[in-house]
Amino acid sequence: MKPISRWAVAVASLLLLVVFVTPLWRIDLIAPQYPEGLGLRIWINQITGLKPNDLNSLNGLNHYIGMRAIVPESIPELRLMPQLLAAAVVAGLLVALIGRRPLLYLWAVLFTVGAVAGLGDFYKWGYEYGHQLDPTAAIKVPGMSYQPPVIGSKQLLNFHATSWPDVGGWVAIVALGCVVTVALLEWRRARQAVSPRVRAAAAAA
Amino acid sequence: MSRRIPLQLPLALACLAGGTVLTSSCSRANAARAGDVSEAARQVYVAPGQYDEFYAFLSGGFDGQIGVYGLPSGRLLKHVPVFSQSAEQGWGYSEQTKPMLTTSYGFVPWDDSHHPELSQTNGVPDGRWLFINGNNTPRIARLDLTRFETEEIIEIPNSAGNHSSPFMTENSEYVVAGTRFSVPAPQKDVSIDDYKSAFSGTLSFIKVDSATGHMAIAFQLRLPAFDYDLSHSGKGPSHGWSFFSSYNSEQGNTKLEVNASQRDKDYIAAVNWQQAERCVAQGKAAVEPARYAHNVMGGDGIARTEWGSSVKVLTAADCPGMVYYMPTPKSPHGVDVDPSGEYIVGGGKLATVIPVHSFSKMLKAIADKSFAGEEQGIPVLKYEATVAGEVENPGLGPLHTEFDGQGHAYTSMFLSSEIVKWDLKTFKVLDRVPTYYSIGHLMIPGGDSRKPWGKYVLALNKITKDRYLPTGPELAQSAQLYDITGDRMKLLLDFPTIGEPHYAQALPASLIKDRQVKMYGLAANQDPWAAKNEKSTRVERRGKVVHVVMTSVRSHFMPDKIEGIQVGDSVYFHLTNLEQDWDVPHGFAVLGNNNSELLMMPGQTRTLAWVPSRVGVFPFYCTDFCSALHQEMQGYIRVSPKGAKTELKWNSPSYREHEDDHDVAAVPAQPHGTH
Repeated sequence: MKPISRWAVAVASLLLLVVFVTPLWRIDLIAPQYPEGLGLRIWINQITGLKPNDLNSLNGLNHYIGMRAIVPESIPELRLMPQLLAAAVVAGLLVALIGRRPLLYLWAVLFTVGAVAGLGDFYKWGYEYGHQLDPTAAIKVPGMSYQPPVIGSKQLLNFHATSWPDVGGWVAIVALGCVVTVALLEWRRARQAVSPRVRAAAAAA
Repeated sequence: MSRRIPLQLPLALACLAGGTVLTSSCSRANAARAGDVSEAARQVYVAPGQYDEFYAFLSGGFDGQIGVYGLPSGRLLKHVPVFSQSAEQGWGYSEQTKPMLTTSYGFVPWDDSHHPELSQTNGVPDGRWLFINGNNTPRIARLDLTRFETEEIIEIPNSAGNHSSPFMTENSEYVVAGTRFSVPAPQKDVSIDDYKSAFSGTLSFIKVDSATGHMAIAFQLRLPAFDYDLSHSGKGPSHGWSFFSSYNSEQGNTKLEVNASQRDKDYIAAVNWQQAERCVAQGKAAVEPARYAHNVMGGDGIARTEWGSSVKVLTAADCPGMVYYMPTPKSPHGVDVDPSGEYIVGGGKLATVIPVHSFSKMLKAIADKSFAGEEQGIPVLKYEATVAGEVENPGLGPLHTEFDGQGHAYTSMFLSSEIVKWDLKTFKVLDRVPTYYSIGHLMIPGGDSRKPWGKYVLALNKITKDRYLPTGPELAQSAQLYDITGDRMKLLLDFPTIGEPHYAQALPASLIKDRQVKMYGLAANQDPWAAKNEKSTRVERRGKVVHVVMTSVRSHFMPDKIEGIQVGDSVYFHLTNLEQDWDVPHGFAVLGNNNSELLMMPGQTRTLAWVPSRVGVFPFYCTDFCSALHQEMQGYIRVSPKGAKTELKWNSPSYREHEDDHDVAAVPAQPHGTH
């Protein structure tokens, strides 16, 4: 690995520390009677309301349509994710320190898989949350489910929901992009470094 | 300008006297003055979703409350209950608020509120509190302007007709309370014919705590038995003085409309309250027993009454230099101090001029002992020695004066039904504009302060007649808003008001709108009967008293099925609104209750008493449309005959599991006791 690649990997790893102190994702909800909006912030280890009582208010509203209450303490991912992220930071720093390409490839692949799995898990959580409705709910709209989008906007009855990465999410995306780019560049360089020798061997033969 | 009076006056009087035929021509005259109607409409139009520039607080007069309006639109924003029970909010009906209306006469559920007064810092409204007087059973209330709720009411002993109140000193050191109806003080059984010897007037100075706003009666001045009518405190150079107008220096005690109108001049009492403070500090005040109620809303949302037991009383003889009388024509009503603090304007309601006293001349007259005589030991200054000038031919019936901060004064003219604008340097009339009809007070935002926001003047009229669609014999009171930014006053808007507004105050919305409390924190709720979650709801019987500890949250009560109540029980419904969401109050009412409803703000606990008088099953329900399933927010309570064996039961998680471990000691025996 070139020194600059090792530095880039180290910086990307350290950048991930930002995710510990900023929300990963944001879901904002606007309704006619909520002009001030309600918001959720999904952190690495918790889910909070944008305003102090937003989570409570959303849970209160959601009981009409039979959605389960969001209880952050009961979501196992929120306990697991900080450990995985810490491991990723340590692994990244080790990759930078050791400077071996195979480790970089391995780390980049694991990081990418982890990120995709995380988004997949978020989708699955949203799907279950939006589809597993209490059959005794007061408001039942045939064919209606209330899965929030992972990215983008969606009308959920009177609420317009918008979901988007928050600061931590953007930082993680930049860090991931950085690591994948470095890995690809290193891979290309390795191939270019190998190719002349192969050509020379062929010529000698 | 004054030469216009001959034309204006007959028209105004004709408007006053005339029926519908004449008044239509008055309206036309007015329209001509108003100029371009669409321009006026543009000035007062506040587009949907936009905010008014000013909060205006209009006293409710005989409704005892305060109306909060936006200016320039004239839209009613809130009707705040103060001295009168208000069934809408359960004010004075709920157990937590009933003590607010306690007096030494017991529970007094009504008063006549006249003069709102904003707290001031350096002579400028600071948006912290609003004070208002109760005239009939002398009291002063304080409202908190982060919640627009009444937080404190103090009774004024030795007083009657608390009219010259609560006018504020420039750093909110004191609010004042003067006696309009002199009475024996302390009260005693005496012939009314002994008025001159046995009656006295009282001017009270009520200290305002600079941090909490809490009021305490500091001292009272016992003065001759005149009718102390209105007041304003000095500012700037005259800070340290308060001025009280008075009438009936004749000391009549019957048919005052004649007997109190004989003298050419009555008095403005100039009170050096800093001198009074010194005399009190020197122990010159007599400590007299007096019982009065002081009601304070606690941080837990529960009002409690503390009882005052004495007052410090000063007479003029105790404290020389404390009070002087300035002769003022004639039966003066308003006494208003200009922004510089130099001019003291008397509104002699029967006078043909507006007299303007000079504070600096007054000090000189005192120093020179320019006395014309004395009244029961109080020096009477010479009129010529204090008067700076007289506004001539102002109109008829001058009452009150406000200021725009640009060197102009605006005086309301009751009889000629107009506002007269005059110059504070030349004392010449500059402009006049009719009001509809018979203006009492007038108000410029900050118009009695050191720095008025002199954009509008609001006329608060006593007679309405044909201004709005007719509504039978009783009509809404009428207010008019005028633009005063130009040389000529311009009528912009007419709007009806609640009760009978007397004085008003206004300040820029920006001073308070961002400090508004949106809800009460449930975690901070300290009401001993609060249920902060549904698990802790319960029903407890203690002899004939039953406590129903309930919660409301969209869209149900917990519990909503209650049995085991008996005819004649005292049932207390303690409702806690579990919502922590903006603008989601819940209500509560039960069929046949000889009581009001409750409204509980988010996070708040309120208690309603009910004594069921007959057997049956009675529904209760949420009265505030709270949600899509509001109509479903209901429950039943079963009432059995006295002595029935019906088991006490309810449908919340605590039923049965709590039966064996009632922690009776942890909650008070009375619903919300007073001290």
